[in-house]
Amino acid sequence: MLGRTANGLFWMFRYIERAENTARLIDAGLRMSLTRMHGHEEEWESVLRSSGVFNSYSATNAKVTGADAVNYLLRDTSNPSSILSAIEAARNNGRMVRTALTREAWEATNECYLDIKAQLARKISGDEMPEIINTIKQRTGLIRGAFHGTMLRNEIYNFSRIGTFIERADNTSRILDVKYYVLLPAVSYVGSSLDNVQWESILRSVSAHRSYGWVYDDDYKPANIADFLILNGRMPRSLAYCYDKITANLGYLEREYGERTTCHETAAATLGMLREREIQSIMDFGLHEFLQDFISHNSRVAAEISEAYRFYQD
Amino acid sequence: MPFDEMLTSDSLPREPYKGYFNWHSQQKTSDLIKKSRDAESIFRKTGITFAVYGKEDSSERLIPFDIVPRIISGSEWRKLAQGIEQRVMALNAFLDDIYHKQEIIKAGRVPRALIEKNDAFLPEMIGMRPPGGVYTHIIGTDIVRTGEGEFYVLEDNARTPSGVSYMLENRETMMQMFPELFHLNKVRPVENYPKLLRQSLAAVAPPGCTGKPRIAVLTPGIFNSAFYEHAYLADQMGVELVEGSDLRVINGKVAMRTTLGYEAIDVLYRRVDDDYLDPLSFRPDSTLGVPGIMDVYRAGNITIANAPGTGIADDKAIYSYMPDIVEFYTGQKPILENVPTFRCSEPDTLQYVLEHLAELVVKEVHGSGGYGMLVGPAASKRERTDFAAKLKARPGNYIAQPTLSLSTVPILVKKGLAPRHVDLRPFVLVSNKVQIIPGGLTRVALKEGSLVVNSSQGGGTKDTWVLED
Repeated sequence: MLGRTANGLFWMFRYIERAENTARLIDAGLRMSLTRMHGHEEEWESVLRSSGVFNSYSATNAKVTGADAVNYLLRDTSNPSSILSAIEAARNNGRMVRTALTREAWEATNECYLDIKAQLARKISGDEMPEIINTIKQRTGLIRGAFHGTMLRNEIYNFSRIGTFIERADNTSRILDVKYYVLLPAVSYVGSSLDNVQWESILRSVSAHRSYGWVYDDDYKPANIADFLILNGRMPRSLAYCYDKITANLGYLEREYGERTTCHETAAATLGMLREREIQSIMDFGLHEFLQDFISHNSRVAAEISEAYRFYQD
Repeated sequence: MPFDEMLTSDSLPREPYKGYFNWHSQQKTSDLIKKSRDAESIFRKTGITFAVYGKEDSSERLIPFDIVPRIISGSEWRKLAQGIEQRVMALNAFLDDIYHKQEIIKAGRVPRALIEKNDAFLPEMIGMRPPGGVYTHIIGTDIVRTGEGEFYVLEDNARTPSGVSYMLENRETMMQMFPELFHLNKVRPVENYPKLLRQSLAAVAPPGCTGKPRIAVLTPGIFNSAFYEHAYLADQMGVELVEGSDLRVINGKVAMRTTLGYEAIDVLYRRVDDDYLDPLSFRPDSTLGVPGIMDVYRAGNITIANAPGTGIADDKAIYSYMPDIVEFYTGQKPILENVPTFRCSEPDTLQYVLEHLAELVVKEVHGSGGYGMLVGPAASKRERTDFAAKLKARPGNYIAQPTLSLSTVPILVKKGLAPRHVDLRPFVLVSNKVQIIPGGLTRVALKEGSLVVNSSQGGGTKDTWVLED
């Protein structure tokens, strides 16, 4: 397989994952603004920060309003992480690696792009938001379904999966980091109804507000939420789960190519750490510091993978 | 009245269309229109789009597809195929001669200046004989028809003809939508084209290549207007689709960067123009090609299809010499006619062309895609005056041809069937043999009366049937 094709698959699936996660973040933001008791719109700042675009947003927007933030996250093509940009980038990568995809997987991607591009051609009003968020989740879900249902489990599949989980691990750690950061000053409010909504929004943005209740007590406890999103190996958006998948897919590549490189070591070490670490020791160490370390570590794994499999010209 | 391929002047179906016509008269137009829309959604979903240069908004468009097939009888096809084969053999012989002994120039049949001062002539190819002696591996001969048994070659397209993916997808779509039509009519298959292309490319691998030749398709990338086709062909052939940035010359071979390191390529089906192929030999600013590929080529370690420098054979200035070229190399009269062509570079002819602009089609020698041409009868007085000025300024840049009364084939419109002008591009593969795929791309001018069939100018396509008879 061409190194460029591996790169195209990796990024195609990173962008699909990013689009989906941004949709969830917007959804959580909308939910919070519905239950807000006062007039501020600070939840949108935290949504923008979670998406990693607060600085670029602030460069062109004087203040944070819900409508502007949603528009920036949803359909502003000057924002490379907006849903429209991400879907377009996913589709362009898909076009580039068209020969590696099944007809079903390609057509689902192409239709996702055509549909979302048409729906986001103009500004979206508040009452249209639930429908548009739903479309994005459905369309990306269809891509995933076509991909899982039809793709041969070979190197093509492995690079796609690795892209998905590198992106997901990055997104989950950012969401957790930003929310905690924003919520920390309010720690004295823990237990009040406002706080419950805030905590719930973290879980909502990773579609885990129901499953949390199945695993932990009904109460939202910061340490439990962190445990769920970092260490719980059964939670499909947790860091431990992502690294389990990354390591497994790298393992297939290692066996197929007969070559073990630094990326395998780094990923395995990360997974080992996530399996052994206790949540209390992470909290004691400092959650923010832990997540910052993790985010840069995750980028390093991605860079090592791109080097090992010759994604770019040297 | 232009010749209609389906109906006689008494509105009776001609022989090859009888089966289709009977079927069609039993269909409801509204149902067929619905089917047309289904076809469009199939194409859109598949992503068979092409890019139109210079149009920001519509960067990706569908080529309209008309569901009424264009039908050619077996006997008509046999004559066409013989004529095309003769012409293709002559083109390859001409290229070999031009880059070696130049006997046709010495014999005074083609002027020396026309060859040597032509941008499409590559001095780098002088004395170079490609593997298997083949220059033009893939050709798409443009044919027009004016009457019963009257076919003309309009262009030879010996560089990198495109459109074959439409031929294949059009057939696929027709078979999905109207399977019954393929029971009623014996239509010769075209779907083995990718397999034949692969075999044909493998057959001209460099002599030093042992084992199964490794083939790749070279594309300029996803923003190229024909990217869909490049990906489609690579996919159907089961070979890699590469870009210039994937390739590098290593140990005297062209190699592609894979996840396991560099792997050598034996045959490169390139869809990148000569100018961009090798920044060390041609345009130094090109990022689409492979630095040093021409050295590998000259050393006989890669096959490039089509060979660099084949453009000299399909140049519009050379076109008018094609009857001589065919005769010179095959010793026979051309089976297919050339459209009479006025060379504006000759002063007397220029005068004639200027006086008869209203009846002629004037084309740029190096133009393509229907750009930069004047269709005299359809142009306004103002457009003709403007064009005359351009013509006088650079006469050598133009040729002129009479406006042929192109044949028509009906398309489906709201009221039923309506005749529209068509042309035909059959596809030819050359290796140790010449293979002509029975069918091709029929382009149709969708606007009533229009003669311009180019997709960039509002043309559509049809499935093209060659009957087994």
